[in-house]
Amino acid sequence: MSEVAAYDPMAAVAGWRYRRARIGVYVILIAVAIYAILPLLVIILNSFRDLDDIAHRGLIAIPLAFSLDHWGVTWNKFCVSGGCNGIAPFFYNSLEMTIPATIISTIIGAINGYILSMWRFRGSEILFGAITLGVFMPGQMVLLPWAITLGSLGLTNTIGGLVLIHCIQGLSFTTLFCRNYYVGIPEDLIKAARIDGAGFWRIFRKIVLPLSPPILIVTVIWQFTGIWNDFLIGLVFSSGSGQPITAALIGLATAGTSVHEYNVESAAVLIGALPPLLIYFFGGRYFLRGLTQGAIK
Amino acid sequence: MASLSVRRLTKRFGPVEVLKSVDLEVETGEFVVLVGPSGCGKSTLLAMIAGLETVTEGEIRIGDRLVNTMPPKDRNIAMVFQSYALYPTMTVRENITFGMESRNVPKAERDAAVARVSSLLHIDMLLNRRPGQLSGGQRQRVAMGRALVRDPQLFLFDEPLSNLDAKLRVEMRTEIKKLHQGLGKTTVYVTHDQVEAMTLASRIAVLHQGAVQQFAEPRTVYDRPANMFVASFMGSPAMNFLPAEIVADNGRPAAQLSAANGSQARLPLSADWARAVSTGQKVVVGIRPESIGPHLHNGIASGAEVRTLEAVIDVVEPTGAQTMVLVRVGDREVITTFPSDATPKIGEKASLAIDMRKVCLFDPSSEHLLQR
Repeated sequence: MSEVAAYDPMAAVAGWRYRRARIGVYVILIAVAIYAILPLLVIILNSFRDLDDIAHRGLIAIPLAFSLDHWGVTWNKFCVSGGCNGIAPFFYNSLEMTIPATIISTIIGAINGYILSMWRFRGSEILFGAITLGVFMPGQMVLLPWAITLGSLGLTNTIGGLVLIHCIQGLSFTTLFCRNYYVGIPEDLIKAARIDGAGFWRIFRKIVLPLSPPILIVTVIWQFTGIWNDFLIGLVFSSGSGQPITAALIGLATAGTSVHEYNVESAAVLIGALPPLLIYFFGGRYFLRGLTQGAIK
Repeated sequence: MASLSVRRLTKRFGPVEVLKSVDLEVETGEFVVLVGPSGCGKSTLLAMIAGLETVTEGEIRIGDRLVNTMPPKDRNIAMVFQSYALYPTMTVRENITFGMESRNVPKAERDAAVARVSSLLHIDMLLNRRPGQLSGGQRQRVAMGRALVRDPQLFLFDEPLSNLDAKLRVEMRTEIKKLHQGLGKTTVYVTHDQVEAMTLASRIAVLHQGAVQQFAEPRTVYDRPANMFVASFMGSPAMNFLPAEIVADNGRPAAQLSAANGSQARLPLSADWARAVSTGQKVVVGIRPESIGPHLHNGIASGAEVRTLEAVIDVVEPTGAQTMVLVRVGDREVITTFPSDATPKIGEKASLAIDMRKVCLFDPSSEHLLQR
């Protein structure tokens, strides 16, 4: 015969308390989530609304009609920073800046990390400390030195100049990431490879790099989003048609004379935010995994 | 000709002296085991032979070449690591051929070498797997394969069996011994396991605090340990040490155990000790657990020079094949061996036989073995 559980008032009270606490937690979480997502939602909705609609009903409202026209205008017709080719040229500027800077800084960071973790030499720890000091350095501190450097290299107001700055500024992070990851690779692997007759580059290519995808994905995501979203350096070291999209968006917002075209501005902001979002969307899994992954076993 | 000579080799890490003027001559075809407790410098010594650590002082020669500053790849050596150090992203085949690829060995030759080694080690079916898909024993085999494929002048093993479970360790130990007997390659093998050292070595070098304590055949290291450290390190359970004083007993020397009183604790020594010790001298008597046991213990009774000792049974530890029995002699504890079918009861008094041929005497201050 199966036992029938007797009604236990204590257990019932405990169960009810547990459920009440759960409901409380969910209510708070949902409220915080709405609060966090609201600005994004407003921007998205406004990008589909006509200017009249926005003018009459205010910025925060459900669109009366959805229209994709503003996206097209924003992309290649709207007048920003002296030209009327929309946001597209600046978008391409950003790509031209971000992709090479991301790749170069990641490669150098990987090589730095490889040397600093596996080919230690006298003073390598101090060097590592000095490199990572850049992680804590505020961006505005380096503006003047870079202005002088770019000037003397003849790279002022060029995409190449921006690539150079972002490569160097990013090295602290990429070196830190890669070095800390490579420290987890067993030293015996390198010793075995040395006995096997592999040299510095062969060990890097054949043993270290094949183990690197998790950290390289982290580094690429970090660098891509960081460089794409940077606006200080773009604003200071470029002007006119050479600006990256972040700097151009400022020009859009401070256009001055005419009426603010909130729908176009919204679409422009969204276009500007899209690449890092996509990168994170597709690589985020690896990003979290790479950041938490320690030793390779 | 010596395959490996290590002369006055010293290694310092800053102020810490890890190796103190180590000398080691390894003959061609020998299997030398470096054994010692952790931190004794054995792995550092092996790493220096491999070229993975720099030499502070002294010299290392492989064959007739001085290799002090030669990079590892030019030393014509192969090494098996404790962690196996298999390249995780490569297949077993790629792991084995990586070294040959680095040396630009032609593909046909590489394939032939892989075929030879994989059939020797029974890893033919594993060639396309990755290390992560292998069991511990299989990884161990692959690591050996990677070393064997090189056909080097010198094999180096750094505690290759310590990551295996007990049963597999014994199997692989036998396999390594077979391989060495078949190939006859000069081998230097590091371990902290004294059983491994005894079973594998043609000669054992016992290291302690960066110095070689004894370098001799296993039998010699076990039976005539150079000092009390070697005596206690080799053998499990460890050798019993009993402080004693030499007294005259019917014109022959005898060791009077200082802990006990009464004549039953006096161990008469054979006549050939007469020159080595003098009356009144303090000594430490070293007795291996298997050299002391019940009176009619087979191993001891036949032809042994037997002395008896009265003792009280304290702790009984059956191991299956035999029973280790901790007894009390006066106020000293002594580990003895009983046959498993003659296990005594705790608290019993027993008369124990000692095989005096196997007894070692040590100088208590220098801890060195006294020579007969």
